[in-house]
Amino acid sequence: MDSKAKKQLIKKHSPSTTILKNSIMAFIFGGGICVIGQLLSELYSYFGCDEKTCGILVTVTLIFIAALLTGLGIFDKIARHAGAGTLVPVTGFSNAVVSQAMDAKSEGYVMGVGAKIYTVAGPVILYGLLSGVIYGLIYYIYRTVEQMI
Amino acid sequence: MSIPQQLILTFISGGIICVIAQLLIDLTRLTPARILVLYVSLGVLIFAVGAFEPMQKIFGAGVSVPLIGFGANIAKGVREAVDKDGLIGVLTGGLTSSAAGITSALLFGLFASFLFKTKSKRM
Repeated sequence: MDSKAKKQLIKKHSPSTTILKNSIMAFIFGGGICVIGQLLSELYSYFGCDEKTCGILVTVTLIFIAALLTGLGIFDKIARHAGAGTLVPVTGFSNAVVSQAMDAKSEGYVMGVGAKIYTVAGPVILYGLLSGVIYGLIYYIYRTVEQMI
Repeated sequence: MSIPQQLILTFISGGIICVIAQLLIDLTRLTPARILVLYVSLGVLIFAVGAFEPMQKIFGAGVSVPLIGFGANIAKGVREAVDKDGLIGVLTGGLTSSAAGITSALLFGLFASFLFKTKSKRM
């Protein structure tokens, strides 16, 4: 191997190139999933759903697609290239829940699936709710003070 | 705004949000699970400061499909419940507004464990 080829090989495997490649993939897949969500939203509102129902239906549809692809083993193959592109959209939440449930099958349906389905969902729900409660308290106090003035 | 324009804005904003997460994974020691927790909490914060709703008007699903949207949805539920029921809304709003997402993910997870066998592990 001559020195030029060697240099190229080193460059190809250096962290900075990997980081750039990962970022591009995350951008394309993440943006793509959001576009699918937007298209679904346009579709549902075309069929007469109000804004709130639309939002719920889009979330549930994406969660369903991600759950199905996880079950079929396709999600992991996409996620290997997409990285945060499939993780950060609600698809990543669905994949985390479904894959944990499938992994725990051999440990039974109560302490296996029933408990471990929350391995990733639990922290997300817990800290989401915590943040929500903190915001709610501040909002309540703010509103009460505002009404008194 | 026409639909193609909306889709471009959605693509760019959703992409950027995912790139930030990817960089956090690659450059720091944050695990994917921590990214999810961070993004949900961040979503509540963005909603709390009043930035989420204007952003959603412009970027649509670009900000509501990432987990930031899930967090913002929790915050929105809390605000609505506090407006309607007062202090008790602090406790009821978050789960009410996120119920569909949480319930569907858990149910689909359970069904998937009936139907499929694991091929590879993640997270």
